Amino acid sequence: MRTKRLRLVMSAVLVGALAAGCSGGGQEETPQETGPVELTFWTWAPNMDKIAAVWNAEHPDIKVTVSKQAGGDEAAAKFLTAAKAGNAPDLVQAEYQMLPSFVAAEAVADIKTEVEGVRAQFSDGIWNLVTLGTDGVYGLPQDSGPMMFYYRTDLFTKYGIAVPKTWDEYAAAARTVHAKDKTVYLGGFSSKDPGWFAGLSQQAGGKWWSITGEAWKVGINDDATKKVADFWGGLAKDGVVDTQAPWTPEWNAALNGGKILSWASAVWAPGVLTSNAPDGKGKWAIAPLPQWSAGENYSGFWGGSSIAIAEGSKHKKAAAQFASWLNTDAKALDLLIKEAAIYPAAKSGQALMTTAPEYFANQADFWQQATTIAGTARGFTFGPNVNVAYSAYKDAFDKALQNKSSFTDALGAMHDATVADMKKSGFTLAS
Amino acid sequence: MTKANRGARADRTGATPYLYLAPAVVLFTLFIAAPIGYTAYLSLRRVQFSGLGLGKKSRTEIFVGLDNYRTAVADGEFWAGWLRVLGYATLVLALMLGLALVFALLLDSARVRLARFSRIAIFLPYAVPGVVATLLWGFLYLPSLSPIHATLRAFGFDDVDLLSPSTVMFSMVNVAIWGGTGFNMLVLYTQLRAIPRDYYEAARIDGAGELAIALRVKVPILAPAIVLTTVFSIIATIQVFTEPMTLRPISNAVSSTWSPLMKVYRDAFVTGDLYSAAATSLVIAAMSVVPSLLFMRLVRRQAFGEER
Repeated sequence: MRTKRLRLVMSAVLVGALAAGCSGGGQEETPQETGPVELTFWTWAPNMDKIAAVWNAEHPDIKVTVSKQAGGDEAAAKFLTAAKAGNAPDLVQAEYQMLPSFVAAEAVADIKTEVEGVRAQFSDGIWNLVTLGTDGVYGLPQDSGPMMFYYRTDLFTKYGIAVPKTWDEYAAAARTVHAKDKTVYLGGFSSKDPGWFAGLSQQAGGKWWSITGEAWKVGINDDATKKVADFWGGLAKDGVVDTQAPWTPEWNAALNGGKILSWASAVWAPGVLTSNAPDGKGKWAIAPLPQWSAGENYSGFWGGSSIAIAEGSKHKKAAAQFASWLNTDAKALDLLIKEAAIYPAAKSGQALMTTAPEYFANQADFWQQATTIAGTARGFTFGPNVNVAYSAYKDAFDKALQNKSSFTDALGAMHDATVADMKKSGFTLAS
Repeated sequence: MTKANRGARADRTGATPYLYLAPAVVLFTLFIAAPIGYTAYLSLRRVQFSGLGLGKKSRTEIFVGLDNYRTAVADGEFWAGWLRVLGYATLVLALMLGLALVFALLLDSARVRLARFSRIAIFLPYAVPGVVATLLWGFLYLPSLSPIHATLRAFGFDDVDLLSPSTVMFSMVNVAIWGGTGFNMLVLYTQLRAIPRDYYEAARIDGAGELAIALRVKVPILAPAIVLTTVFSIIATIQVFTEPMTLRPISNAVSSTWSPLMKVYRDAFVTGDLYSAAATSLVIAAMSVVPSLLFMRLVRRQAFGEER
């Protein structure tokens, strides 16, 4: 009798355990959870763990654990792989251009209802980057990367050149400088930074992807972008701009040693200059990017990222609460600026930027200028296979630099590779 | 032999061998056969988007038969990659194994000084991980900071670009040789130390000098070890990945499909097409087995003739 009852209990326990095991996903959505909700957060922003600690102290019911990631393509690949394997983190930092591929892979969730309250905090341009022009909301904007012109004030004086107002003036200055000293360049063309080229194309009015009705239109080799490619192709062919691979010790040395006099970069450049070109401290200044036509006033975006929530997350609501706090709460924005050196996407965050970066101590109005420039930046919709386009950019422009061949052809190769991939994958393309 | 005895033996040949084999079979199935099977499964499939591909249910996985294989084999870049790897492999095999043999013979000769130190010095680079080795050499290939370039300039060679399309392969070969020679030398050297000293005695009595002993006695006895190191090296060079991948960020001359394996990496992790990557990787696997088997077949008679 006793053994029978024992066996009954045992089997009940076993069945219960099995049931729990099978229904793992559903079970945790019930509100009566014991203990705090545990969230994992993949990010490459420095000191994010410190910021999460502030959140954790104030919100004992939602505990966020930060896992520091490498940035760039690897981060995107890692997240997509993890999502496919079913063990993605709850929250992930996603560069704007990667969001469409995350959405297409069904790796990130539509959090429209969860983040309804914070829409007003962001400008339309930035908000478009997380909606992709659709009805959904696939992330919350964290930082943005409006582009501006960084230059060495002392060396501009030395070589007798003025800050170029137009790209024509830029080209003339590039020739002047290089003629005066063969080892010195006004600036460089990077075949390693497709995001940089995308930003310059945005400035020129290029639209690499756009949605018309229910179809994608790819315009990588549109007239605006061709203009940008031809411009740099001419300068590279004549050898008056630096074409070495950037981000190498060699490039750092050139940047630090005054061999490169300017850099068309984004608002996050002070961080790079501080660590890669420490000797230039106090010698650099910012100006708007040179324009394609005198009197115009445009910029583009290089980089910037959002915080997205994984489709597989079991705590989407809690994750959205944290993401909203992180990107809109005054205290969190202040921490993002101070601890993570981030240029916040939220309007209220940008207003908090008052003290110029230490590297630009000579330019007290650094952030006022940056904010003005940020207001002129225009972006475009990113497509679902940006990774293919970016990979093709590197290969095609690497080759063009090596063979001194046409940049227009390189751009064409990039366009064709992107379109071919979209066709093969079955996306509807506008003719 | 009694009946009972025979019965016992039959029993043993029944279950026991399988029991011994079981762990290996289980491990093989779990970690080799199953992943290969899954790769083969993936290679027959593809993701199909519809419309904008953004909403839910606009993404389905479909069966496409051998399509991915057809695309892989029809890709000119894939074969260009093989061609580059062929050039790279030829150089590495000839130079690395040649050097390894010379070093092993030198260390084994009676007159060498500082043998222990030299042995360690030659072997040490093998202990440096490939990525680290390539990064290290990468810094040396960059002009303004490098002693290599300083030396070249001193001899009047200005503007030498060690990372240009015409030179970058040699720069990679150099890293492979630097890292791999020591290991191969050690294999050959160990084999050399196992040769009975009497052979040399006999050769000397016959009037052979050190060089004759090396060429006529040592090298033939070493043949199986040379075959072994060659097969290992063929497999390793076909799989070249670390060197070009690590040099890519600092050189404009290394494309994302420089070697076939890099193409697999790009397809799988950069552009997110696991299915093409699976097909390509199986093609590469098949193509790596072929040269290894061909080589084994070619040299079997010479190397292992006496064993058959």
